[in-house]
Amino acid sequence: MASSELTMGPLIFHWPAEQKRDFWLRIADEAPVDTVYLGETVCSKRTPFFDDPYLAKVSQRLQGAGKKVIWSTLSEVMIKRDRKIVADICAQEDMAVEANDASALFHLSGKPHRIGQALNVYNEATMQFLASKGATHFCLAPELPRSCITSLAQTAKRLGVGLEVQVFGRMSLALSARCYHARAYGRTKDNCLFVCEEDPDGMDLSTRSDTPFLAINGIQTLSHAYLNLSGEVSALQQMGVGAFRLSPHSGDMVAVAHCYRDLLDNKITVDEADVMLKELKVPQPMANGFFHHQPGYKMVSTLSERT
Amino acid sequence: MPASGSVSDERRQSTRPSRFPKLAGLALRPVPLFAVQPVLNRLVRDIASRRPELFERLGPHIHTAFAIDVEELPFVLRLLPDPGNPSLTAHRRAENIPFGASISGPFMTLFAIMDGDGDSDALFFARDVEVGGNTEAAVCLRNALDDLEGSVVDDILEIGGPLYAPLKMMLAYLRKSEARP
Amino acid sequence: MSPPQPPRLNRPELICPAGTPAALRAAVDAGADAVYCGLQNATNARNFPGLNFTPDALAQSITYAHERDTKVLLAVNSFATAPGAKLWQDAVDIAASLNADAVIVADIGVAQYVAENHPGLRLHLSVQAGASSPEAIRYYCREFGVSRVVLPRILTVTEISAIHDEIPCEIEAFVFGNIGMMAEGRCSLTNYVTGQSTNMDGVCSPASAVQYVKNADESLAAKLGEFEIDCFAENESAGYPTICKGRYLTPARSGTYYAFEEPVSLNLSSLLPELVGAGVTALKIEGRQRSRSYVRAVVSAYREAIDDIMEGAEADLSVLISLTEGGKQTEGAFKSKKWR
Repeated sequence: MASSELTMGPLIFHWPAEQKRDFWLRIADEAPVDTVYLGETVCSKRTPFFDDPYLAKVSQRLQGAGKKVIWSTLSEVMIKRDRKIVADICAQEDMAVEANDASALFHLSGKPHRIGQALNVYNEATMQFLASKGATHFCLAPELPRSCITSLAQTAKRLGVGLEVQVFGRMSLALSARCYHARAYGRTKDNCLFVCEEDPDGMDLSTRSDTPFLAINGIQTLSHAYLNLSGEVSALQQMGVGAFRLSPHSGDMVAVAHCYRDLLDNKITVDEADVMLKELKVPQPMANGFFHHQPGYKMVSTLSERT
Repeated sequence: MPASGSVSDERRQSTRPSRFPKLAGLALRPVPLFAVQPVLNRLVRDIASRRPELFERLGPHIHTAFAIDVEELPFVLRLLPDPGNPSLTAHRRAENIPFGASISGPFMTLFAIMDGDGDSDALFFARDVEVGGNTEAAVCLRNALDDLEGSVVDDILEIGGPLYAPLKMMLAYLRKSEARP
Repeated sequence: MSPPQPPRLNRPELICPAGTPAALRAAVDAGADAVYCGLQNATNARNFPGLNFTPDALAQSITYAHERDTKVLLAVNSFATAPGAKLWQDAVDIAASLNADAVIVADIGVAQYVAENHPGLRLHLSVQAGASSPEAIRYYCREFGVSRVVLPRILTVTEISAIHDEIPCEIEAFVFGNIGMMAEGRCSLTNYVTGQSTNMDGVCSPASAVQYVKNADESLAAKLGEFEIDCFAENESAGYPTICKGRYLTPARSGTYYAFEEPVSLNLSSLLPELVGAGVTALKIEGRQRSRSYVRAVVSAYREAIDDIMEGAEADLSVLISLTEGGKQTEGAFKSKKWR
């Protein structure tokens, strides 16, 4: 079996630009990841802070460190600014681009591109159609269960396209036209004053009985629980999934990357990986429910699957 | 027009008690359980034989027991739609009957839903109707009643026999009543 | 935008919901130009227990509607899910064989199947496809020959007008009913809590996972799965038990608040002339999960309102307030960007 690829997904949060820059520079120098996804995927209002001034430089450094760089695109495209950003990225000839919305497909059809998590690829026919229009690699939505991933992995193999699954980090559960970060502060999206910068891993929402529930990231709603597919990695590898995505958070992502790299290479056990994640202060309990066709927030024991 | 008309934006307070017409109150209040039960027995069998399609939409909840708690009645009704052996029984409130799903509300509101003339979602939003236990079963029953050609009330009015005479009189009166929700 | 002059207006189609054959007949009788409905399985986004049509019931309903010059559109608008994707193809085949007037789809694979196997069947792009920009809409038109797009409920009238000028297909817009806060087709909140998916299973807050618990103080707690998503005080009006209408706590605020949206319903009656002026071909009423009495009331009211407007008169739809969620209505995103 070819060695599994480890990827660092797009940074979905609005960190101060210098923090974002330092994060990616450290990933370039220290993280054992093969591919990184750059570019704003959540809110076009954020792009003047980091993407415009720093992205090219960061990209060079990452490529210099031997990492493949993919440019991801906005998940929700509505106003002129969104549309222009997507059109501009898609127009670049020398960039590998990941589409997260049909507006990007409009520009990318006919040339090689990737399909991101926010585009719904739930069946063979969709995958085959997109591949026929130039899609070479698919990152699946977090909610897909094992049976669906298995079928899509077979299709991907047949079509000769790459298949990627998120294994770590809060899961994107919903997108909206409304900014819920701004709403929590009594503001509107146009007048948000970039309050989403306050929460490096999203703004926690809990139920009225104080049970942790969700997290807000601007227009995006995330799971409270962090996804952890450490126990499912081996099954995913056997299905033919070739790439494993970490979604960046404010904790030590270099250490998280080492943990999953060692797990993918069978150098550590699932239990050892889980202990490492706990020691890295990743919020517990983590979750893997979607894969097991259970509510997504649940952590299903995979003991019986471990050999 | 159903469930709309004069209802205003400020509708927060329930106006339940005043909606129940006097005649219906007189017809029902003094009735003891032993007198009600034979009518209920007949009623549920007659409806089941006339309306087999009612059961199709109940799907997985065909064997669920429904407690129907009409505020103004001195007893609680328990409906078991089981097509082979349907039953509708009256029980004292103190009995604590076992049920899968419960639906409670004022008489005229539940009557309108049964008659295909009330929107149960709107009545729920206004807190006129309450649902307990298995919500899916309650929703199924609502959908099943809602899909009938005509309504269960039409059926009762059409069925002959002296047993139904007082009930028919009351239903006919209620339909004309201004007191609909 | 300056208000459009009445002579410019084209008569819009009124598109009405039906969860049961009885509701479909109610909609047809109340003056719908077209009725949309779904089959009794995961192929549509309102796959609720006791709701929807068997193929036989659909056949009879289409006959009933066609005899009265009303169209029937079949919603096959959830996402075909491997390895069971054939179910969605079967639904499309059923629509074609029963002479449905269009299928409403969201999934690229299903759209491709329609285009390839039933080129004569009219294709509408569901709101579940979340096509919110001219490029996204043009993509579906170019690849699959979509004739009409159902726009997400997130655009202002001005934006709809701008989109209209840039796309080659008709526009259908929601004017009344429940408004989901999340971008359609991209919400897995229900699946996160219940293990049943909106995209794959066609359910949002399935009743099987909903429980109402009466507290000692007469307040009513709404639970979805293990999570308490709201609690209504004794005489407080309630809403649908969906996650996006719940009240939650967050460190930045004291006390619970509607983190996403309050329980309100969309009612665009006052914007109807502007919508039609913006180039909207069809006005859509939400509510396949609602009763036939709701369908009858809303369709009649909108039929009258559209007819009034076409004659240059004012339309008054204030009677519909009692059918709205929480007894409250809103113009949502349509009037102003401030909504965002």
